Amino acid sequence: MSDAAVAGVTHADHADHPPTSTGLSNEKLGMWVFLGSECLLFGGLISTFLLYRSKVLPDIPGGTAKPLHETFNIAFTSASSFVLLMSSLTMVLAVSALAQRNIRGTRIWLAVTALLGMMFISGQVYEFYEFVNVNGYGLTHSPAWSAFYALTGFHGAHVTIGIVMLVTCLALTFSGRVNGDNPETVEIVGLYWHFVDVVWIVVFTLVYLIK
Amino acid sequence: MTDVSANDLQGVTDAEDHHGPTDRSFVRIAVVLAIITAIEVAWSYLPVWDGAEGAKMVAEIGGLLLMMMLKFVIVAGWFMHLKFDKPILARLFYAAFVLAVVVYVAVLAAFEVFSTATPGYTP
Amino acid sequence: MSSTDAQLALGSGSGTAGKPLGVFARAGQTTGWRSWVTTVDHKRVGIMYGAAALFFFVIGGIEAMLIRLQLAQPNGNVLSADQYNQMFTMHGTTMIFLVVMPIGASFMNYLIPLQIGARDVAFPRLNALSFWVFLTGGIMLNSSWLLGGGADGGWFNYAPNNGVMFSPTHGIDFWNMGLFLTGIASLVGAVNLITTCLNMRAPGMTLMKMPVFTWMSLVTQFMLLFAIPVLTAAQVLLAFDRLFGARFFDVAAGGDPLLWQHLFWIFGHPEVYIMILPAFGIVSEIIPTFARKPIFGYPFMVFSGIAIGFMGWGVWAHHMFASGIGPISVAAFSVSTMFIAVPTGVKILNWLATMWGGKLRFTAPMMYSVGLVTMFTIGGLSGVTHAVSPADTQQTDTYYIVAHFHYVLFGGALFGFVGAWYYWWPKAFGYKLSELHGKINFWILLIGFNLTFGPMHILGLEGMPRRTYTYYDGYNFNLWNMVATVGAAIIGVSFLYFFWIIWKSRKDALAAKVDVGPDPWDARGLEWSIQSPVPTHNFDYTPTVKVFDDFWYRKYQEDENGTLQPVATAEEIAQPGNGEGVHLPSPSYWPLVMAIGLPIIGYGLIYTKLLVIPGLLIAVAAFVGWVNEPSTDPEAGHGEPHDDEPSPEPAGTAAEDATEPETEADSAEAPVTEEVVAP
Repeated sequence: MSDAAVAGVTHADHADHPPTSTGLSNEKLGMWVFLGSECLLFGGLISTFLLYRSKVLPDIPGGTAKPLHETFNIAFTSASSFVLLMSSLTMVLAVSALAQRNIRGTRIWLAVTALLGMMFISGQVYEFYEFVNVNGYGLTHSPAWSAFYALTGFHGAHVTIGIVMLVTCLALTFSGRVNGDNPETVEIVGLYWHFVDVVWIVVFTLVYLIK
Repeated sequence: MTDVSANDLQGVTDAEDHHGPTDRSFVRIAVVLAIITAIEVAWSYLPVWDGAEGAKMVAEIGGLLLMMMLKFVIVAGWFMHLKFDKPILARLFYAAFVLAVVVYVAVLAAFEVFSTATPGYTP
Repeated sequence: MSSTDAQLALGSGSGTAGKPLGVFARAGQTTGWRSWVTTVDHKRVGIMYGAAALFFFVIGGIEAMLIRLQLAQPNGNVLSADQYNQMFTMHGTTMIFLVVMPIGASFMNYLIPLQIGARDVAFPRLNALSFWVFLTGGIMLNSSWLLGGGADGGWFNYAPNNGVMFSPTHGIDFWNMGLFLTGIASLVGAVNLITTCLNMRAPGMTLMKMPVFTWMSLVTQFMLLFAIPVLTAAQVLLAFDRLFGARFFDVAAGGDPLLWQHLFWIFGHPEVYIMILPAFGIVSEIIPTFARKPIFGYPFMVFSGIAIGFMGWGVWAHHMFASGIGPISVAAFSVSTMFIAVPTGVKILNWLATMWGGKLRFTAPMMYSVGLVTMFTIGGLSGVTHAVSPADTQQTDTYYIVAHFHYVLFGGALFGFVGAWYYWWPKAFGYKLSELHGKINFWILLIGFNLTFGPMHILGLEGMPRRTYTYYDGYNFNLWNMVATVGAAIIGVSFLYFFWIIWKSRKDALAAKVDVGPDPWDARGLEWSIQSPVPTHNFDYTPTVKVFDDFWYRKYQEDENGTLQPVATAEEIAQPGNGEGVHLPSPSYWPLVMAIGLPIIGYGLIYTKLLVIPGLLIAVAAFVGWVNEPSTDPEAGHGEPHDDEPSPEPAGTAAEDATEPETEADSAEAPVTEEVVAP
């Protein structure tokens, strides 16, 4: 940990931005600290799922219970996951564009990222619709399905918030508030976005691929 | 077919230390991620796992977990820039991650999620 | 008073009157109640936390008094069984979440920037948000009293009793929603204070030169950062069960009540260290001052605090010894619980060693600090007996446990906090609380406290169960319960006395126009090197720190014989309090607006989904307003709400640079706003 002394006294009439003790901006450090806490939140929901994944109730009393993965459509979910993964690529391209002061590029990549995010959410919504309306497996069906929806639903809510932030950034490029002088803003939104992708990397494997 | 082995990734790192990957490197990394994902999905479908128990199950799940962690570290290290930033960020984040894993694995162990023993009281 | 004039920036807002949304003028009041509801000044936020906590303390105290009146005699009829359940649930929930934690937050908010030489915390508006969300959350929790009854499942609300089937009133829903809000407050505060401690220390203040209080606060914030999300996860499961019919704790469907217990206590155990560590830090500041000796073993104090922070994660199931988790788990957690006594023991020894051979002054803050050391030790000793799981099987769910945690929380945290009020009051308000009355108050409190909770050890070992609304005659419980109730009444009197002392001290100070000066106690930390009350801008210029207890060593140096010789007085060294040219973060309405929108969503989830819409709209409006707050305010380190609903505020970092000319020199000089690349 860099706790080396930062040289010099900062007098009020000089610095607008006093150097920080770590050399990192408050915003960036703050976002990483927050993402650390999110590991604990998603860990709790993931563990609940892992505990309950086999606790499915039969469709008719006395019948056999259908394990979750028999209802899943892995091909569809894989496609969705690919979309989200690619959105991480477009996100870093947006950050990179802004660092190179390519505002137009930034806007394009931000918009594409948001669109890919919306595609992912649409995929989730469609999947949930299929599970609930076609198969009858809603939140209230059994502990396994409750855990599934809590985890994926929470993730989806985080993606949605991310989309809101992306669109906000996009809008702020038009008002000039986000510009080539402060690429860190978009970078920090990017950190959140990548984290949400990383959570899905874990969820996709643990929920869908491991039977 | 482009060579997208781990060596390729290493070459990317050496060249771009201190500044992070170039846009082209990002695309290459994304391709790597996509390929790992494809392998993961294929792995889960391999017929050799049907009815797997014991060592086979460990291999099946272990392989999936390994690939999952690989993608995790690649996104965190390159896309989220941890490899190129000050170490404190990585330390903070991975400390949180490790804490979460340890604590939750302990809980799951308390629920005997990892054992194959049949539930119920054995006198 | 926050400056609203455009002045040279120290990387903070200038508060020019822009018009966000074209409708409302930017908050710019410097006096009156409006300056308080829009403040982003950490000192005011800290004071508000303390005041709100004292208000909730009165509520929690009344709940306690009702419990004690009910239990004063066998076959009590002050409260019905149902009312009793609500009373102990709300008493515990209130004291933990709405009193002890916010008082800790009060001191951490007020002192951390002062102790590290900063002007404010990293994210001032987020700081205000934390307070307001805590307040509205606490109000929402307590509104249950008026809306069908308080939560009644215990502060830990075990499943499946916490479900709709067994707890059909809305009490637990209010508990859940209220604690979601206080959880957001704590989490946002943790991000804020961690960033502040790591990033905003004065030049020369390495981590191992930070005051012990700041260190303990940093560990506490990390514990909050990681523990609150676990509680949030559990609360989500509960909310889904109660509000949407999910099956997480439906036993017939395969749900497991132990899941709730594990998740709750993974939060719950770090939570108790979250409550005590700030008080440990406080005492580590007070005792050296009144022993005129540096804290004994500073590195050990720091590392034992870190050790408690780590080990606190490995002991949670000692709250579940009797829940049927199996002998292996019980044994493992029994051992880990025994180990965690060690770092705390180190601290107790170090406090004693600090006092040993020192020139002791038993001022009021010192007495309360010594009170903490002794009372906490008693509570710690009973804690060690709980660690032995066979013994705990007898102790659990009895009054022996009630005795333990009141000794460590009341005798520990609360005694420390009262001492802290006496210690830092002159710094915050410019006058001391009455020393004479403070000492008398201490003895009354000490006696009342021990009369109340001492006998509970006996009651517990004689078999009196917890959370049971009455007891029959002939169990040998009568005498000590009566004693405990009398003791509780004495505690009540002592706190009424404390409130009177505050009123009287202020009245006398105003009349005498007293000025305590920067350093009334001849103390050691940076906060004593500035005027009292603290100027709005804290430091005229950022101090440079050379050693731990730097301020002390500018007042005293050791001569050849090792005796301390004064080299300068505090008045000579202290910064004069001239705020010219200093730029402060601007006040803002939006944190308050956000804090109003969120509970409305909560009420909507409980009563009617229609209410969710206006709540959401208000929260979204607050987000938009926040993001769009006048961009002409250069605000370094400003406003990225890191909680689940709002999102990063780009205007802050954007605005920082908007007023700077784009020169290469600038990029070099302001590394903090550019992407920092590791060398």
